[in-house]
Amino acid sequence: MPPAIETHDLRKIFGDKVAVANLSLTVECGEVFGFLGPNGAGKTTAVKMLLGLVTPTSGEGRLFGAPLSDHRIRAETGFLPEHFRFHDWLTASEFLTLHANLYRMPRDVIRRRVPELLDLVGLTPHTSKKLAAFSKGMLQRIGLAQALLNKPKLVILDEPTSGLDPVGRRLVRDIIRQLRQEGTTVFLNSHLLSEVEITCDRVAFIKHGEVVQISPLQTLVEGELSVAVRARNLRPEVVSGLSRWSRDARADGEHLSLTLQSERDLPEVNRYLVQQGVDVYAINPHHISLEDLFIQVVGTDGGL
Amino acid sequence: MAALIIARLTFHEAARRKILLAALLLGIVFLLIYAIGFYYVNQEFSRSSSGPGLLERNEIRNFLFMAGMYVVNFLTVMMTVLTSVVTISGEVASGTIHTLVAKPLRRWEIVLGKWLGHAAMLSLYLLFMAGGVIVIVYLISGYTAPNYFRGLSFVWLNALLLLSVSLFGGTTLSTLANGVMVFGLYGIAFLGGWIEQIGSFMENQTAVNIGIISSLIIPSEALWKRAAFEMQSPMVRALGFSPFSAPTVPSAAMIWYALLYAVVALVLAMRQFSRRDL
Repeated sequence: MPPAIETHDLRKIFGDKVAVANLSLTVECGEVFGFLGPNGAGKTTAVKMLLGLVTPTSGEGRLFGAPLSDHRIRAETGFLPEHFRFHDWLTASEFLTLHANLYRMPRDVIRRRVPELLDLVGLTPHTSKKLAAFSKGMLQRIGLAQALLNKPKLVILDEPTSGLDPVGRRLVRDIIRQLRQEGTTVFLNSHLLSEVEITCDRVAFIKHGEVVQISPLQTLVEGELSVAVRARNLRPEVVSGLSRWSRDARADGEHLSLTLQSERDLPEVNRYLVQQGVDVYAINPHHISLEDLFIQVVGTDGGL
Repeated sequence: MAALIIARLTFHEAARRKILLAALLLGIVFLLIYAIGFYYVNQEFSRSSSGPGLLERNEIRNFLFMAGMYVVNFLTVMMTVLTSVVTISGEVASGTIHTLVAKPLRRWEIVLGKWLGHAAMLSLYLLFMAGGVIVIVYLISGYTAPNYFRGLSFVWLNALLLLSVSLFGGTTLSTLANGVMVFGLYGIAFLGGWIEQIGSFMENQTAVNIGIISSLIIPSEALWKRAAFEMQSPMVRALGFSPFSAPTVPSAAMIWYALLYAVVALVLAMRQFSRRDL
């Protein structure tokens, strides 16, 4: 089975500005993929290229093996655009029916699917309300429903939670989780790191239009952790003895800090300290967060 | 077909935004005033036995008919441009186009759909307004203008031509710039038409050439002149001058040119929109 998304050196230049430079990535089917980067890094342009809204200057991309320019493949995709501006003179159900028609869904399926999705995003009470009367959060919900009408194999969400209140965010998270269970590929473009941390399998960091790093979130969770220990009777030879587990063990009065490669080392370190006669008051392991990684990869200048 | 869905959407939007209602209500007011005016003028010269003979009466009726059609042509042009000038550029600017384009359809289908939707709307409008004038004139006086069907179809073609041009502008320009362009072109044609008319009356070839060149830039006014030529009375035709028509009648070649112009503008609009980054 070809990957859901595959791009090779995808590049987009607007005038003399390089919006996306050499974007190469592969998203496997069923993956929830986070696309991270500071504002202006080229995330939205990249998404637009995937959906045929923007033609790449050079490079190549495929969705399920079909070239990006092939409009038929978009029958398998769902898209929630960034600013969720829709035809606001339509009612919620008219809006979904219109887009279902554009997906060429059969009439009986549409009649079943529209109320189903209105229910999923919690807008059933507003079925006959015009979108012009919708709040930002409601528009985002109806946009999300629109992106799921055709039971797509690939859902591309451009900042799906940026305008939502906590309830709405949880809804989006739940929907993404449900999509993952159903085997749907999700491409999530977001700068809300906590969202990505919770939902994604893999993340790509993009800066100045280029992928800087792609890492599975699992290794982030299981990987390196920094440990802060509060203890008394920390003799220098005990601290240097920690070099078995950590290269950067450092003591400052009662405070001992060290970095471990894995959580598995934690009990051994504890045992060692106790055996050496150290009085341990607290051990606080701290995983490197996505935010730390983001700052590490992208830099504090925000890629500007 | 996606184009038909978009065409229906265009229609739906015009109805929801009360464009259809406004056009209908003002159209009724227009026809009402026209009918009252026509009725009293007709009554005036029908009553007195010493008044004009049948031939002259029909001349006056034709004159009033042409005045009505002149306004209908103008209103149809306005309707066409005002409603279509925003349809593509507006959706691009607001971003509503994104969810449409991300669907399994080809971009040109959106342009074609919008063209079909607007064409259907303005056809109905023209039919209502011009049909109203024709029926009013007939019911009150029993008069029918010559070749009114052919004349009407040139007015119709004029609207379709401007629709294609304004859609093409919409794929490239902002709404405001597009409006300025289409009305600017229409203004050139309008002015050129008058220069040609006066030039031909005064037998000034340069002025006539200016008119022809402006008709080549956009053959909009030429279509009206041809429509007027078809519908005017034989006497005006023989006289060769009236406020609504020209002594130099646009040739059949100019009609074909206008048709080709409309088709090319539409094709260019579809092509341009397919290439555009959104």
